[in-house]
Amino acid sequence: MSAVAKPMNNDAILKVEHLSMRFGGLMAINDLSFEVRRGEITALIGPNGAGKTTVFNCITGFYKPTMGMISMHQEGGKSFYLERMADFEVTRDAKVARTFQNIRLFSGLTLLENLLVAQHNALMKASGYTVLGLLGFKSYKDASKEATEKARYWLEKASLIDRADDPAGDLPYGAQRRLEIARAMCTGPELLCLDEPAAGLNPRESQELNKLLRSIRADNGTSLLLIEHDMSVVMEISDHVVVLEYGQKISDGDPAHVKNDPRVIAAYLGVDDDEVETVRHEVEEGAN
Amino acid sequence: MATVTNPSAASTGSLTAKALREATFTAVMTFLMFALFIGLKTDQNMRNELILVPRWGMLAILVVIAFVGRFAMVAWLQPWRTASKAAKSAAPTVDEDAGFVKRNFSKLAILALVLYPPIILWIFGVQGSLKYIDNFGIQILIYVMLAWGLNIVVGLAGLLDLGYVAFYAVGAYSYALLSINFGFSFWILLPLAGILSAFWGIILGFPVLRLKGDYLAIVTLAFGEIIRLVLINWQDVTKGTFGISGIPKITLFGIPFDASPNGFAKMFHLAPSSAYYKVFLFYLILLLCLLTAFVTIRLRRLPIGRAWEALREDEIACRSLGINTVTTKLTAFAIGAMFGGFAGSFFAARQGFVSPESFVFLESAVILSMVVLGGMGSLTGIAIAAIAMVGGTELLREMDFLKHVFGPDFTPELYRMLIFGLAMVFMMLVRPRGFVGTREPTAFLFERKAVSGAFTKEGHG
Ligand SMILES: Nc1ncnc2c1ncn2[C@@H]1O[C@H](COP(=O)(O)OP(=O)(O)OP(=O)(O)O)[C@@H](O)[C@H]1O
Ligand SMILES: [Mg+2]
Repeated sequence: MSAVAKPMNNDAILKVEHLSMRFGGLMAINDLSFEVRRGEITALIGPNGAGKTTVFNCITGFYKPTMGMISMHQEGGKSFYLERMADFEVTRDAKVARTFQNIRLFSGLTLLENLLVAQHNALMKASGYTVLGLLGFKSYKDASKEATEKARYWLEKASLIDRADDPAGDLPYGAQRRLEIARAMCTGPELLCLDEPAAGLNPRESQELNKLLRSIRADNGTSLLLIEHDMSVVMEISDHVVVLEYGQKISDGDPAHVKNDPRVIAAYLGVDDDEVETVRHEVEEGAN
Repeated sequence: MATVTNPSAASTGSLTAKALREATFTAVMTFLMFALFIGLKTDQNMRNELILVPRWGMLAILVVIAFVGRFAMVAWLQPWRTASKAAKSAAPTVDEDAGFVKRNFSKLAILALVLYPPIILWIFGVQGSLKYIDNFGIQILIYVMLAWGLNIVVGLAGLLDLGYVAFYAVGAYSYALLSINFGFSFWILLPLAGILSAFWGIILGFPVLRLKGDYLAIVTLAFGEIIRLVLINWQDVTKGTFGISGIPKITLFGIPFDASPNGFAKMFHLAPSSAYYKVFLFYLILLLCLLTAFVTIRLRRLPIGRAWEALREDEIACRSLGINTVTTKLTAFAIGAMFGGFAGSFFAARQGFVSPESFVFLESAVILSMVVLGGMGSLTGIAIAAIAMVGGTELLREMDFLKHVFGPDFTPELYRMLIFGLAMVFMMLVRPRGFVGTREPTAFLFERKAVSGAFTKEGHG
């Protein structure tokens, strides 16, 4: 298989190298390189239109990058070049799951059904690619029961168990976000990519979300890559922050480092490049 | 005790007063507006002079209509509409209160269908039953099967297919040609016709399924026409517009339905009649319908069926969950086409004659409207729609008394499309989600709750 790469650095679960994405005349991402380390929560931040969602779309196979390499290194030692794989293969084989900035649930299916659809590939195998399932074989019934249990586990974890049999479209906004995360987790990913999971949440929901994300990392050993606008969320839960502006990386490091990086402050406050030096002085003075 | 005013009585009184006021106002406005237009008519008299002809009667009628209409609207229609709207929004998830009939609806329906031929035979006698079993029974069941087959593609997977009749044609011609040229029996050709149709479904699917929405609809429409044109023009094989006749009948495990000594009537010491064949065909198509329903219900609970419905809801989300949407769409197309093929081969065997005439676009449109009218995805709703539409057509044929009203040249079935159209517009206004607008979930943790149609999507490709 051409999509399988040699296992490289054990520490990095995802490596993005020299990634570029061009839309006509617009360089949405320009020569971006960064790493997501195993077992960590990595945040990708940047102002509106910086190209964060585009990076996600390249990682998860929805866009084919103009240039660059994205490699995924699984725990078992298997590695994949994601830019060569179709979008559904990225989830199925490379075990990278994602959520969307504008929530994409199956609104007419119940919560339970949403989580069962996420276990499609495992259930498909158990149903003998439909044939055995159609004939009512027991192996499918067992697998189906197991899948329901897994769904129940995630519904409980996302505190959605009371609404298990309601249509997903009937949930309030914050619950829909949690359901989308639970659904992504049901695919059994090693890396979970979340596109602005805290957008539109109230402070209480935001706290619940942080708890859920921490427990996903602690209990399930899943590494996380998340896009976030809310700096307080980023500072609170992430181990590592990558900052993007106009498709280029302007900072990379732990939250404290990034928070004090004058280029980041400039980007967020909207200061011109030649003023960065002034800002740097101000920051240094403030630190003293 | 203090006097208690009845609020509802008070509001009814004020409502009537309000209605009266508004109606009077409307009537005055109507009078003023139409007094010169309708009340007075300019005309010429015998001497070519311009004269005014007063038409106070007509004006009065208009004013009365406006008065009554406004009164009815304010006093009855508006409260009723707001009440029904409030009732609807109060209960977004439909809760089933289980009556006996409702709970066992499908079992009762099957029982009624099984008992249908003997009851008809008993009421109308052997010859009189022909019309009811053939025109009403078999005809409707063929359409039920076709609509259930299309339901997999349109109702579950959300792929708008306007050329479904092509697969019906493939099934019918497969049976006609293979049974005449090779003498295969129906029982071999039935699965074969299904497989061939499914095969054509995949052939069509490969290039087409990357398209979405309108584009998919147009290409499937074109495919349906191509198949029909091939049937017309490939004269060496299909005999073109003349069609293929003399298609062998179906035998009951080797027992033929004819007047020969080892035929069905002789064997059971019955008077020879074609009615027995029709009854046999009725049970056969009933079995095929039940098979379709059984497979559809089973498939919905399997991962593939859930993936179809998820595909209808959101294709991109499906791909993000690792579902190969191309093969998922292809299986929906192939399985839908397979049932079309089964129905086609049954149709050929029942008619004994097939021609391209039977597979025009109108058929696709009729089958599709059954799926839409019935409520996408609901087997019960679709069956009701098929009964209403096919049964309605047959009923129109029966309405000879209309000839006495509209004159001897009046053929009611020519108005079929007009009536369908009106019924369709009316249905879509009253129940935009079809007869059965709710969706049965395929799995549940605590209790099975029907999903209101407000949340389900129709699909975009
Ligand atoms: N499919 C596309 N075709 C053309 N341009 C695109 C496409 N997708 C994104 N872009 C452009 O690329 C740039 C980056 O967009 P992107 O959605 O990645 O930003 P973002 O960082 O996610 O912003 P936000 O914080 O608003 O979500 C924008 O200028 C956008 O208009
Ligand atoms: Mg974005």
